Amino acid sequence: MSGTNHRDLRIICCVKVVPRPEEVSVDQDTMTIDRANARSIINPPDMNLLEMALQLKDQHGGEVILLSMGPPLFDEYLRVGLSLGADSAYLLSDRAFGGADTLATSYTLAQGIRRIRDERGCDLVLCGEESSDGATAQVPPGIAEWLDMPQVTYAGELSLVDGHLHAVREVKGGHEVLKAPLPAVVSVRVGVNEPRFIDFERKAWAENEAPVTVWAADDLDLDTEAIGLTGSPTSVSGLGQARSVERRREVIEGTPEEEARALFEQLQTFLRVRA
Amino acid sequence: MTESLYGPDQAQGIWVYLEQQGGQLEGVSLELLAMARELADETSAELTGVLLGDDVEALANDAVAHGADRVLLGQDPELAQYRTEPYARVVTALVAEHKPDIFLLGATPDGRDLAGRLAVRLRTGLTADCTNLALEDDSRLLLGEVTGFGGGILATIKCEQHRPQMATVRPGVFTTGAPDESRKADIQRVNVILLAEDDRVEVLERVTEEGADLTRSKVIIAGGRGTRGDFSLLEELAELLGGDVGATRVAVDEGWIGRDRQIGQTGFATRPDLAILCGISGAMHFTVGVEKAETVIAINSDPEAEIFEHADYGVADDLFQVLKPLVDQIKQAQAR
Ligand SMILES: Cc1cc2nc3c(=O)[nH]c(=O)nc-3n(C[C@H](O)[C@H](O)[C@H](O)COP(=O)(O)OP(=O)(O)OC[C@H]3O[C@@H](n4cnc5c(N)ncnc54)[C@H](O)[C@@H]3O)c2cc1C
Ligand SMILES: Nc1ncnc2c1ncn2[C@@H]1O[C@H](COP(=O)(O)O)[C@@H](O)[C@H]1O
Repeated sequence: MSGTNHRDLRIICCVKVVPRPEEVSVDQDTMTIDRANARSIINPPDMNLLEMALQLKDQHGGEVILLSMGPPLFDEYLRVGLSLGADSAYLLSDRAFGGADTLATSYTLAQGIRRIRDERGCDLVLCGEESSDGATAQVPPGIAEWLDMPQVTYAGELSLVDGHLHAVREVKGGHEVLKAPLPAVVSVRVGVNEPRFIDFERKAWAENEAPVTVWAADDLDLDTEAIGLTGSPTSVSGLGQARSVERRREVIEGTPEEEARALFEQLQTFLRVRA
Repeated sequence: MTESLYGPDQAQGIWVYLEQQGGQLEGVSLELLAMARELADETSAELTGVLLGDDVEALANDAVAHGADRVLLGQDPELAQYRTEPYARVVTALVAEHKPDIFLLGATPDGRDLAGRLAVRLRTGLTADCTNLALEDDSRLLLGEVTGFGGGILATIKCEQHRPQMATVRPGVFTTGAPDESRKADIQRVNVILLAEDDRVEVLERVTEEGADLTRSKVIIAGGRGTRGDFSLLEELAELLGGDVGATRVAVDEGWIGRDRQIGQTGFATRPDLAILCGISGAMHFTVGVEKAETVIAINSDPEAEIFEHADYGVADDLFQVLKPLVDQIKQAQAR
């Protein structure tokens, strides 16, 4: 891609669908996570990456391509992404992908990206900061390694300058500005932008006509030993509802002045230590 | 199954990645050394610190004083600033040569960035963002405790066949031990061999400042969106109580306060004697960061706010109206 020709910008957006966190529970008998009663949403950080992709497309033109690995029910959510402004979507869906940890997940997604790259091209792979349901922020660097691409994690701002990516990346106690060649893998910080609303003119198209291509394991060039449960070095050996610390939950009531006085009493021990 | 570079029978020793910035070891690296020292003593394993940078030799001694038996020291001008690929190159070579059994890193932005890349390059398992570590009874496998679904679910993860067993641990989960300057250890300089392709990402600028360290605060006054950006009363109260001001991610993202003050899942895990939470709704992402507080007080104008479930004392009122007289009373008392 050159500085003057951004027309071919192809952005692959890795989007995951997760159960609403407050609606999952642990089945203590089977030691499994019970999501039967949980409704799903697009992983909130992934809404930020999608917004980032759409802004880049607004600026430079090109195509925003959604990619997800998960069960067929994800289709509905990918169509939400399409009605927001994405151009096409791919769903990697196969029982053989089930039970994948970050190693197997990043491998499978990477093989999906390879095929999209071969067929349509790929300048940028965008991921969210982390998924809210399990693994934490390890899939994006994993994808970058499988594809031998440079990575930028925790990016806040992205721009394209002379065919290179400039990214502001969060580091401890500050930030850095990185310059990376394309294609690159970027994870976008959660909350960096306000995701846009559904474009109602796109809605009918997104729901009925938009291309959502489903690829099973056979459709990808895969080492079957490296996917799903088999390809996952880590396993869950215990599961529980987080034991939130039991607090006293005493209510202090009255006028603000009375409440302040009651707090003041509670703070006596700390004030004494100070004195 | 994808195989790692070596298997359990060849693996030995516990490694801690020593993250450094501005001429200092990161707090989380010292915390990890203290924790790993216990694991090492339990299994009679050697504890190795891996330190990369340019002109960072002095820090190797700090790592020794905090428990390392050996430090692998890789120095090169190219390593002066953290960059994923050069760092991953050097660490991968060291792992391939020495074959550690366990490899721990801090869950800082750079630590997570490196760990994610390394785990795939080494084809091994990584338990990310642990809130606790332990060894399994008979197998002596590393057990990493992690939270999922925003903190509501707790899982224990292990990695049976692949080595090293990698984990990242959140800052503030473990406590730093007192340094023992008399400890002696083996500081080994290692060769740094980089390839041209490791150089493709360029750091145009890096700005960091030494921030607050909430993991050590005894008293924390934290504010959220409810402060609407006005932290002045919180600061005053913190000053009076000899504490520090903390914040939710929303307050940080709004630019009201520095990121070094963020508490929670992607901020710091704190363990103060007292936390006063003002205008904070009580999302699990936040509350996991004050779980270990001795006493929690919450002030929120919404009586239904979730935060009251996580508080010892709750005041359902406007934070400004309550903090003002509270600050005044403390001042009066102290003037006496
Ligand atoms: C991947 C991920 C990671 C995250 N990590 C973190 C993290 O590390 N730390 C973190 O904090 N969050 C984190 N979050 C965000 C978290 O989910 C919540 O959105 C956030 O904690 C809410 O911040 P808040 O309580 O300040 O704001 P809100 O949820 O908006 O709550 C504001 C509260 O203030 C009260 N209020 C308003 N006015 C007043 C007043 N005058 N007096 C008293 N009370 C008032 C309101 O009743 C309300 O309860 C993360 C989210 C994601 C998706
Ligand atoms: N199954 C998946 N399908 C598509 N993208 C995913 C999947 N899992 C993880 N990702 C991407 O990787 C990011 C980080 O996820 P994680 O490493 O699981 O915390 C997410 O925000 C997504 O962008």
